Order: sequence, then structure tokens, then C-alpha cells
Amino acid sequence: MTKNNQEMQENNISFSPTDPTVPVPTPDMGASRVVNADNQGQPVIVIHDVHKIYHLGQTRVPALRGVSLEVSAGEFVAVRGPSGSGKSSFMNIIGCLDRPSKGSYWLTGKEVSRLSNYELARVRNRLIGFVFQGFNLLSRASAQSNVELPMIYAGLTKEMRQRRARQALQLVGLGTRMDHKPAQLSGGQQQRVAIARALVNSPSLLLADEPTGNLDSRTSVEVMAILQALNQQGLTIVLVTHEPDIASYASRQVIFRDGRLIRDEPISNPRDAQAEWDILSTQNPDEDY
Amino acid sequence: MSIQEQERTAPTPASSPQKHSILPPLKKEDFDRAGKLGTNISLAIEALWANRLRSLLTTLGIFIGIASVVAAMLMTQGVSASITNTINSLGTNTITIAPGSGNSTGNRGGPVRAASGTTLSLTSDDAKAVAKIPDVSSVSPVLSVSAQIIYGNQNWNTRIQGVSAGMQQIQNWDIAQGGWFSSDDEQAAHSVAVIGDTVYHQLFDTSGTDPIGQKIRIRDQVFRVVGVLKSKGGGFGADDIIFVPIQTALYRLKSSTYIDQISVQVDDASNIDAVQQNITTLLEQRHRITKGQADDFNLTNSNQLLQTANQFTTILTALLVGIAGISLAVGGVGIMNIMIVSVTERTREIGIRVSIGAQRNDISNQFLIEALVLSLLGGAIGLLVGLLIGYGISSALSIPFVVTPIALIMPFVVSSAIGIIFGLYPAARAARLDPIDALRSL
Repeated sequence: MTKNNQEMQENNISFSPTDPTVPVPTPDMGASRVVNADNQGQPVIVIHDVHKIYHLGQTRVPALRGVSLEVSAGEFVAVRGPSGSGKSSFMNIIGCLDRPSKGSYWLTGKEVSRLSNYELARVRNRLIGFVFQGFNLLSRASAQSNVELPMIYAGLTKEMRQRRARQALQLVGLGTRMDHKPAQLSGGQQQRVAIARALVNSPSLLLADEPTGNLDSRTSVEVMAILQALNQQGLTIVLVTHEPDIASYASRQVIFRDGRLIRDEPISNPRDAQAEWDILSTQNPDEDY
Repeated sequence: MSIQEQERTAPTPASSPQKHSILPPLKKEDFDRAGKLGTNISLAIEALWANRLRSLLTTLGIFIGIASVVAAMLMTQGVSASITNTINSLGTNTITIAPGSGNSTGNRGGPVRAASGTTLSLTSDDAKAVAKIPDVSSVSPVLSVSAQIIYGNQNWNTRIQGVSAGMQQIQNWDIAQGGWFSSDDEQAAHSVAVIGDTVYHQLFDTSGTDPIGQKIRIRDQVFRVVGVLKSKGGGFGADDIIFVPIQTALYRLKSSTYIDQISVQVDDASNIDAVQQNITTLLEQRHRITKGQADDFNLTNSNQLLQTANQFTTILTALLVGIAGISLAVGGVGIMNIMIVSVTERTREIGIRVSIGAQRNDISNQFLIEALVLSLLGGAIGLLVGLLIGYGISSALSIPFVVTPIALIMPFVVSSAIGIIFGLYPAARAARLDPIDALRSL
């Protein structure tokens, strides 16, 4: 069995929720804070009539023209659309990297569209986990240091940071590569480090922006399997992609065009990445990525 | 819709007994417990280490600046200490009376002012009169000649001063061998001499004879050595001297009735001004100087001399440190330059950090600390190098090597100030970056 397969095995073990000693999550950051799967069914994201207008010199460029969307806790939503459709602007707003020009955005019951830069940074730190197309790991830091980074900005103690970073890396199957630098890891492994980093602060929302864009199809399946497994644990995931293939792993997809949300539909039969991965790994058992 | 709804929520283990999060959730009290300072410092060192050569070259400016400031400070302090030593070796609480109107007493309106030391107006009798003034503890006339002295086959050119027995106390000389000449020697104008340490070594080292009682020749006059002085040290030749009784000097070495100066010692520093006033009045009477006429003598006291010397060294310090400070400013600009480059290079890193929750403060602190570490490093190296240079210079010039606390603390204060001042702009620039643009950059 190859190394990757071994790691995927570890994944399976980690993902199977059998440990009863883990404490039941308590609501954090006030009553509005939803930790992962708690308060099932309550909306994590409520977006109402959001507009985004960019000003390029004299010209006004509308990127979003009135988007409304609700995402419940535990959902796996794929955001699709061609380039220029406004899905990047939408993602920046959802990720609290940007504020809407008009309209409102509630994240876990808290209106974040009017927050100051300071509070937005806190929200990004504690409520949102980012996974990017380009992995966006710090090249000088080891996998573990990369995963510790959000906890440093959250002000967690060193012991706690190290413990949680190790747990998160074990969770994504990189328990044996914690001291590797990103350059010493494959693309799939780097993306798994990024996922671990997104998870360490127990966010309410995982925001994945083209997470498979830099990966081959086989590694893409691997990464999607992790995301699906996390979603099955109750994590709310918003996945931005332009590939219908990747979107079909989600349970719901919304499609953007010209700054408007033109379709919002459940995916009746989501693909099962874990099952596909099992088949792939039995077909080419000696291939290692 | 209901089926789809069910489908959507089906995989979530909401109702299952294992309703837990992926990682143990964080409680409110977990947050904001650890400070970021330690992490920020190690991050800064890591980043600087990653660009070792560049960091080293950047600190070069600071390091040269600090080193030259430290060396300049040590040097001027050494010179200052050396001058102070020399002045003190000429006696503390002393007043020197010299012929000529001088500058220190000011222009009294006389039509012609003779320069100090060019007129002959002071006599031994003046010295005797001054000795009677209250609070004067010791007085000695001084007559200086330069001459060649010969002992056996050794010869040496030195300063010979005709003084009275009180000079030993005024200038605080310690005796190594023999003794100072007595008042009787002085009265009777005996040809006796007390020789300084340098003279002793020049004349007697080769023969190794005991100098006491030996005959030396000064300008074809034979003198008997009665004492050898202990060295006072210092690089200014204080030990290169011979003292003879003033009467002897007047008769045998110069055949004159006028003397070069009068050294007066006052019993306490607080009496210097009063004594100086009394001396002026007395000498004006003796020399029949009427009001409105310029004095034909001038007074300097050792404290004035010290003040003047200190003024001089302060100006020297300011000048040298100022010049060296220019290179510090250049070094600071170098740090700013490199930090701006570093911010531009690491735009993406900044974007990543901001996206995962770094505050603007965190980002600016990171770069500020980096600049600070860089400049402090330069300061530390500069201090070491400056101390070495200062030590080298002071031992080459044989001036005292004086290290004041200021010279040790200053590099750290100055270099951290430079780090902060020149690091502020790059740090602010980093913190101002828009996270979306920063993430998009390569």
C-alpha cells in the first residue's frame, strides 16, 4: 500500500466519530456563535440584497447586483459561475475580506457587513477557515507552524497551539509530515495542510476558493473526500469553483452570472469522493502523489 | 423540496450520539491568553535569518555608524580625562599669576595691551607678598628655562623650573627617593636639584647608579641631585622636569630679577574668588597701577582651566559624534529601503496572514520588530567594534581608556530609535495593504 493510501486510511479512522470523551461544543462568542454542527438548521450565512460596485477611475463597475442567499449549518454549497460573474467578489464578501457596497450580511447571526477592520479580522480568525486555490502556505514555515498561525493571531497558548496543530494535521492524514516545509510536500499534501490550518480555530464556516484548481484530478478527489468528510461531521462549507465536476460533490449549488444569482438548486445525487478514491486507489495502487 | 432538504442534511450527524466537532471546540477563555510578542520576535529573527546576507549588509550601515560614534565618544572622553589629569597634576585649587594683561581679566581700557607672558613684571618679592594674603596655603614663584643636562656620558634636554619648597605641596608631588630641597637651600641658593621620573630614567638608567648625591650639569653649572620624584603618568610629559630652588635659578641659570609666574594654592575651592580679588588688589598696589590702567599681570585658576578644557572636549565630542551620526542616518535609510523591499516581496505573505485573521497591528508590529532587531543587531556589533577601535586609539595615543555607561547604553538607545523611526513607514505600508490585492499578488 502506498503512503497516500496509508494516510487516507488514517483519515478514515480520524473521521469516524467514535471518541465519546470529546466534550460537547459550547456556544462561543455569545449566543450567536455556532460551533460547527451545533444548532443544526440555523442559518450560518444570511445575505440580503448585496451589491458590490468597484470604482475604476470615473467608471463604476458593478460586480454584484443584488444577491440574496441563505446557507444553513451543515450545508455543503458550491458556488459556480464563469469568470466575471461576480463569484470572486461574492467570496471576498462572504470571507469578510471585503464589505458590500449595499445590502447586509449576517454570519452566525451577527451582522458583519458593517464591522470595523479590527472586528472583521477577528471574524476571519475565529468564524471562517480559508482554503485557497494556491494553498497560500508560508514557504519558510513547517506544516505545523503554518497550521499554528491562525491560533497565534487568536492568542492561544503555545501548548494549546501545538496540541491542536498536531491534531489537525493528523486529521488530514499528515501526522508524519508535520516538520516538512511546503516545498517538501506534494500539491495535495499542501492543500491538506491548508485545510488543517482552516480547521484549527474551529470555524463555523469553511470557505474553499477553487481548492482543486491547482491539483490533478486524482488529488482533487482526495481533497474533496476530506471536505466531504468534514461536512459529514457537520462543518458548513462554501466551495467556489468553476468546474461542474467539482461542484457535484456538494449538496447544493448556486450559479452566478453577471453579478446575479441565477440558479440555486440542491444536487440530488452528490458524488461520493471517498468511494471514488477507494476505486482510484485500488486501480493504481502503486501510484503515489 | 422536502426530499432534497433531507438529502442535503442527511449526512450530518445532527441526531447521532457522536455530535462533536472535528477538533475540540475552542472556548471563549482559550482566546487572547498568549501574547504575540514572543512569536513576533522569533518570526522576525526567522525572516532575517532567511535572508542572512541581505540582513548583514543592511546592518552594516548601522554598525559602522554606531562603531564610529562609540569610538569618537571613547576617544574624546579619553582626551578629556587626560587633560583633566594634567590640569590636576598641576595642582588643585591653584591660582597662577602670569605677567602681561592676559585675556581673562578683560580690557581695562588701557591703550596698549601686552600679551600674556611677554612682559616682565613679577618678582620673587611679589610672591612673598602674596603669601601673606589670608587663605593662601602655599606660594611658589616659577622661573622656567630649557637646557641640556649632562650626567656622565648621558645628556638630555628638559625643562628646569626654579621654584620654592612650597611647590611640592602645590603640585602634589610624591618623592620616590631622597627629598625635596629645603627652605635653607632656597635661601642660600644652593645648587641642588629634584629630578622628575623621566629625567631620572634618561640620565641614570644606563649606569644604574643611585642618583642621590650625584652631580649633574645644567648649563655648565653643577647641581647635586637631592631627590627623585614619583611619576605622575599621563602622556603630556609632566615627569620630564627638574626643580631647583628659585634663588639658584635666578642667579645661576637666568641672571634676572623677574620670574615667569607665581603659583598660589588656596586652602579651599570656595575661597578662590576672594583670594583672586585680594591678589589683584595687592599686585595693583605693588605695581602702582592706577584705575583705568591695564594690569601688568593676569590670574588663571585651575578650575577655570578645567572648565575651558571641558568646554573644548564637549565641542570636540559634539563635532565627532555629529559627523559619525551622519553615517547612522544613512544606515537608517538603508534599513528603511530594505524593509520596503521586504514588504513588497512578502505582499502575498501579508495577504495570507491578514486572511487568516491577523490584525493590521500584528502586521505592522511584525515588520517593526524586524527593523528593530536589524538595527539592534547593528548596534550590538557596532558597540563591540567601537570599543575595540576606541581601545586601539587610546592605547596608541597613550590616553586613558574611559568607558562611561553612556557609551555602553547609547548604541542600544540610538539604534532602537533608528529601527523604530525608519521601520515605521515600511510597517505602516505593510499594514495598509488590501488583503484581496495582497492575496492576488505573486
